[in-house]
Amino acid sequence: MLLHFHHLTKRYGDNTVIDDITATLDFPHVLALLGPSGGGKSTLLRLVGGLESPERGSLTVDHEPVPTSDKSLRTYRSNIGTVFQSWNLFPHLDALANIMLPLTAVHGLAPDQARARAEELLERLHLNGHGQKRPAELSGGQRQRVAIARAVAIRPKLLLFDEPTSALDPEMTAEVLEVIADLKSEGRTFILVTHAMNFARTVADQVAFLANGQILEQAPAKEFFSAPTTETAQRFLAKVLKY
Amino acid sequence: MTRHHTINAVISVLLGAILLAAACFAILQAISWNWSGVWAYREVFWRGWLNTIWISAAALVLSVVLGLLAALGRRAPYPALRWLSTGYVELIRGTPLLVQLLILFYVVADAVGLQNRYTAGIGILATFSGAYIAEMIRAGIESVGKSQLESARAIGLTRWQTYRHVIFPQAIRHIVPPLAGQAASIIKDSSLLSILGIEEFTLAAQQVNSATYSTLESYLPLAIGYLALTLPVSLLARYLEHKYRYET
Repeated sequence: MLLHFHHLTKRYGDNTVIDDITATLDFPHVLALLGPSGGGKSTLLRLVGGLESPERGSLTVDHEPVPTSDKSLRTYRSNIGTVFQSWNLFPHLDALANIMLPLTAVHGLAPDQARARAEELLERLHLNGHGQKRPAELSGGQRQRVAIARAVAIRPKLLLFDEPTSALDPEMTAEVLEVIADLKSEGRTFILVTHAMNFARTVADQVAFLANGQILEQAPAKEFFSAPTTETAQRFLAKVLKY
Repeated sequence: MTRHHTINAVISVLLGAILLAAACFAILQAISWNWSGVWAYREVFWRGWLNTIWISAAALVLSVVLGLLAALGRRAPYPALRWLSTGYVELIRGTPLLVQLLILFYVVADAVGLQNRYTAGIGILATFSGAYIAEMIRAGIESVGKSQLESARAIGLTRWQTYRHVIFPQAIRHIVPPLAGQAASIIKDSSLLSILGIEEFTLAAQQVNSATYSTLESYLPLAIGYLALTLPVSLLARYLEHKYRYET
């Protein structure tokens, strides 16, 4: 997958979160966006996902420009699977209905087709017997796996994970990371924002390191973790990998 | 609060209740009742009471529609629609129902040639109530978290699909309890329609009073008749409030 940013800029009020990025990110399947909090990782992910529009500049995904008009943005988003940090399931719908909603409402599948696909995914993500439960009746890890099932069910060309395990305890984190690792072995393409460094090291092909709204460096994951070139990345890795 | 204070408070309340009961008893004793005169007009009461029920029901349905439109209008992407809806809600909520009845009935309804006083009365009552319901619906919609709207956007739902599949099913639990309370208000407020000559419950009692000259015997059943309607509705409102609070 090829991402290209051209003078990409995003501000929230006076706060410039993405500061005039011009870069090309080329990765076979999995890209990890790493860096300190507030460095712009999530915002960059959201720009790629069409959930935010840039103040200035533009971006392309596999040579296709990310649209700017409301209507084409909606179509664009509907073909990308997004998993957020937490609470992105619909609390009034059970797990099955959560997965089926985008299929029936957006992608035009018949209810029984959508149900079959949702049930198959629940089984694949080890959620058998949980289909009839609402999010409040599921554990955090189960909830996040349902969210992943919902994102995968639409057969997206690209999956985005925005700190998918930040709100989970270690055991649930492991459940979710396992599922994400499985997605990689299935050959899916995704971008991952995470603080789970060891996981990023094993699952990512390519790493982009962001700080202060800039991409400070990018490298294949192994290279980045063994020999980061910028001082900021060296300090960051030294700190987060210390314990 | 200490035990001593509690006992004092209980004694005060009891004493107050006893005094009030004694006063009522003395007054009621002093009255020479004329129930038979009023009983002869029971048909009038009955018809008025039934009229109040269907007028209130019609006004409720219409005001929910108006309230929904105004609530959506205030969130619409078109400024003109937002201003119109906000203007409606603030104008109605800022003026008394009686004033609205006089202006809308004698000026507006007259001007547009609306002859049927029942239609006009129900319309005005619904216009009044709709402004309050709009605020209830708006509050319900705004109770749905930002992350929910974000999810809806992420999966590619349209604005209407987001309302239908995400916002309304979640907002309804915040809307229904106050809405039931509003139903009780409509029943009470419908008594003001008597000034337009609409033959609802209050006008019926007034007619019985002027025919029998038995004021208390005419108006006591009036109060009880309203309570018989509003009490169940209020209980329903409380039940729904309780039910939706604990069910997630």
